[in-house]
Amino acid sequence: MLISDLAAPLLILSVLLYGICKKVDLFEVFTEGAYQNLKTAVNILPALLLLMTAVGMLSASGALNALSELISPILDKIGFPSQALPLALMRPVSGSGSLAVLDNILSVYGANSFSGRVASVLMGSTETTFYTIAVYYSAVKIKAELPVFISSLTADFAGFVFSALIVRLFY
Amino acid sequence: MLNCTIILFILAAILYSLFNGSISEVSNAAINSSVDAVRLVIQLAGAMAFWGGIMAVAEKSGLTVRINKIIGHILHPFFNSLDKQGKAMQAITMNVTANLLGIGNAATPLGIKAMREILREEKAAYTTRSVAMLVLLNTASIQILPVTISALRLKYGAAAPWDCTAPILLNSMISLAFGTAAVYILFAKKKALKYPLPIRQAKTK
Repeated sequence: MLISDLAAPLLILSVLLYGICKKVDLFEVFTEGAYQNLKTAVNILPALLLLMTAVGMLSASGALNALSELISPILDKIGFPSQALPLALMRPVSGSGSLAVLDNILSVYGANSFSGRVASVLMGSTETTFYTIAVYYSAVKIKAELPVFISSLTADFAGFVFSALIVRLFY
Repeated sequence: MLNCTIILFILAAILYSLFNGSISEVSNAAINSSVDAVRLVIQLAGAMAFWGGIMAVAEKSGLTVRINKIIGHILHPFFNSLDKQGKAMQAITMNVTANLLGIGNAATPLGIKAMREILREEKAAYTTRSVAMLVLLNTASIQILPVTISALRLKYGAAAPWDCTAPILLNSMISLAFGTAAVYILFAKKKALKYPLPIRQAKTK
């Protein structure tokens, strides 16, 4: 816990110290860089408005839960706990949503249960792919085409299949 | 692709809620999600601006060049069309460093900067293999210490909350390997694979 808490403060300190040693005008350089990124932040809002509304509607409808009930029999065959499936479906689309799902799985089945562990591994080794792609592409104002979704979702899918195998291997 | 996804999500939400009776929840989400988006951008804006400033200092002082010399060796093979010492490679290494340290707030602005630098260096306005690789690195979530998850596991009585660290790292590596293979297959020929304007315009017409 300590090391990870130290990461950000130490990084800030060392960058600034290094800058001072190299005689960089910290304040001027920092504010210019900060201003550039502030503009980027504003630029991504319009895209996020649409994307988050769509994702918000989808998760509110309960369709993801229904889908996971539908395919759980297939999952049993590959040894993936169906309790962790809602997380696998939520993970690529919503960061806060998947965190809420993980919280729910851990509270219902416990942190030391098989599905709790699979869910933890799945959560840690994948990212909110759709969100990341939306933010990156809207920031540079180019169009996200199909291949980039396929390659990133391939990684997510591999993470999903292997999470159960790896948990079996480790425990 | 994003266009179709959005339509698909909304359509699925409405159709399912009609059948399920959750239309009022969907309606609430439709109205309130814009507030969430603004909230998210406000949350991001501070961190983005801050780390943009820190990054500017690191760049001006030559620190990024030094970090790039160390980590760049490992990363450059995946970005072999880029100049090893160039600005794009430097931004990529800073982005990966932030990811490894688990500073997600810093990783996003650094990643956006990396993306911009790649497009500038490759003079492209479409997804090149380097861009796809960068996106993949950021969607595969490689971090040394899974802070949030460990905190949650502790809350729900995990015997050793950090016990998920090694499996998570291993699983990240496996998914990254599969993703990398996909990137190399889909973006095999950098120049031949132009998904830029012509196709897109044809689609929308």
